[in-house]
Amino acid sequence: MVAMSGGVDSSVAAALLAEAGHDVTGVTLRLWGGVSDSGCCSVGDVEDARRVAAQLGVPHYVFDEADEFTARVVDPYVRAYDAGATPNPCVACNREMKFGRLLDRARLLGFDALATGHHARVRRGDDGVVRLLRAVDPGKDQSYVLVGLTQRELGDLRFPVGELTKAEVRARATAIGLRTADKPESMDVCFVARRDRVGFVEARMGARPGAVVDVAGREVGRHDGIARFTVGQRRGLGVAVGERQYVVDVDARSHVVTVGPPEALLRREIALDDVGFTHDRPAPDRLLGVQVRAHGSVTPAFLDGDVVRCLEPVARVAPGQVVALYDGPELVGGGFAR
Amino acid sequence: MPSSAPVPAYLDHAATTPVRPEVRAAMEPFLTESFGNPSGIHSVARRAKTALEEAREEIAAALGCRPGEVVVTGGGSEADNLAVIGAARMAARGGLPRRVVVSAVEHKAVSEAAHRLEPEGFSVRVVGVGADGILDLDDLAAALAEPVALVSVMLVNNEVGTIQPLEEIAGIVRSRAPGARLHTDAVQAVQWLDVAAAAAPADLVSVSGHKFGGPKGVGALVVRAGTEVEPQLVGGGQERGLRSGTVDVGAAVGLATALAVTAARRAEEVALIAALRDRFATGLAAVPGVVPTGDRSRVVAGNHHVRIEGVPAELLLLALDQDGVCAAAGSSCASGALEPSPVLAAMGMSRDAAREAVRFSFGYASTDADVDRALAVLPPLIARLRGGEARTAAGA
Repeated sequence: MVAMSGGVDSSVAAALLAEAGHDVTGVTLRLWGGVSDSGCCSVGDVEDARRVAAQLGVPHYVFDEADEFTARVVDPYVRAYDAGATPNPCVACNREMKFGRLLDRARLLGFDALATGHHARVRRGDDGVVRLLRAVDPGKDQSYVLVGLTQRELGDLRFPVGELTKAEVRARATAIGLRTADKPESMDVCFVARRDRVGFVEARMGARPGAVVDVAGREVGRHDGIARFTVGQRRGLGVAVGERQYVVDVDARSHVVTVGPPEALLRREIALDDVGFTHDRPAPDRLLGVQVRAHGSVTPAFLDGDVVRCLEPVARVAPGQVVALYDGPELVGGGFAR
Repeated sequence: MPSSAPVPAYLDHAATTPVRPEVRAAMEPFLTESFGNPSGIHSVARRAKTALEEAREEIAAALGCRPGEVVVTGGGSEADNLAVIGAARMAARGGLPRRVVVSAVEHKAVSEAAHRLEPEGFSVRVVGVGADGILDLDDLAAALAEPVALVSVMLVNNEVGTIQPLEEIAGIVRSRAPGARLHTDAVQAVQWLDVAAAAAPADLVSVSGHKFGGPKGVGALVVRAGTEVEPQLVGGGQERGLRSGTVDVGAAVGLATALAVTAARRAEEVALIAALRDRFATGLAAVPGVVPTGDRSRVVAGNHHVRIEGVPAELLLLALDQDGVCAAAGSSCASGALEPSPVLAAMGMSRDAAREAVRFSFGYASTDADVDRALAVLPPLIARLRGGEARTAAGA
């Protein structure tokens, strides 16, 4: 089974598997019934997926997962902002929808593997352990949003385009004549229209206005709602304190947003919730790479229990943000910043 | 994965049917030598015009009306739109209040057409159905407490197959709402019922060619004398000004032929199809947790609609397709995803239950082999999918 979003990556994933002689079936998840910008669940994208499948001569089906998506991805996303955290809905969607429900369904229907268009690689070692590696194309690597995968899933997953650069993927799509060859990438959160994250969240939880204080606790201004702020953010503070100010904390209970100079953000430790590993927990003295954004830089660190200890001070990671742990090119695990 | 059989068991005749060989033969000349535009005056046009008018006579005979009461349309949805929007507007122009009454189980071609009238001041009253899928006649009477322009109740439901008591419904409409136009969407009825008799009480009757062995893209609306409709397509004034656009003569001939062949064989085909459907229903009933929908004694011979507890329809339909069995759930949205059916909701079924509802529909092309295959595939499949979904739910 190939999860086909209607984009170029999953189209090529399906094409590569079909070319390799696999018995391929395409499935598109209809996740969101409302309006959105990237429209990754729009009728047009479903139609693209269907047409690509037809071109490849493979069956294609649509699963309406809108209710589950709302319950498992959208509602937690809104609740996270309501709690002053910074969620990553793509990670939640991967865990819950694609590698949760869809993988279960693929197994149930008798498919022996589920493939997606993610840029990442899986390798089964001689020890029988399946490892998750960064994609061949470092600029397009998506292993970060796969944090949470374990041996339970990895053995049955295939990421065919992770072996190619993005340019090779497009060239392949063009060579086969896929209608999705020139499609732009979906970048934003698929269910938020007009990139208006604040409007989306506040329409569902209401605005939570409150005070803006400095690191000493002195009120320096007012703000219109905590959903507008994320730790580490600089712009849009609406306070003039003279020097560069960053959000260093968002308190969901008091609605207080704390701002401070860049130094106030620096931390050497990142405490994690819900820590998990693709196979074994790395030894505490193993030097790992820490990545806290989808295409962010990597910082050297050790993992001590549920705490990441960085060798250099790093900017505070917003609570709820995904923290990915790498051992060289291998994603070994991760968790959510506390 | 098991690969599909070369010829799948097609249990989706309510969606569409294969074209009958007689229909195809009758249509062939219109794709070749008989290409004339029936509006012209020369010999080529005249031949087309003659063919169209002969087809109209045949359509009228099958639907129990005069040829001048037949409007050939581009399908059932267009016929429904023309009836609901066109007749409601003309009735309102004639002094009736801007109110339309539709049943809660109408096809979207009717319900959406009714809602299309709202911006121009119409109100739409939806009359409920019972758990059996039959129109709530008390609610209908209540809806007709004040005068209305149009009432639309389908003859046979497309999802669950229920036959509405149109005679009784018409009696209530005539006594309570004199002057109201009565429309019936008979798109799903032609294979099973003598529409000439069953739809006789209605002022407006919609049919669609492809539901009984005719071609797609052609239908007809009966507009009985005395009922006025406003055209929805304007232009050259074809179809007595009610539906402009050059008529697809071949399609009209195909529709007429399909109606005639279906009428001639109806009794025989219905008996055969009912026997197939009953054998299938009995076989499927041996599987625990398979619950027939509504009152199965009041549905057409080709319909078997069930809820299979614990098995999401979208999974079952995919797996059935892989095993060479074509079935359907109620309604699909534009993306092809299954949507919780408004028909089942109107019958009181919960959203979760409706997600487990599947329609198997038989037709003139159904065979014993189709039933054999479906009954061989379904029970083990249901067991497998149930086990897995239970695990998934427990693990979630």
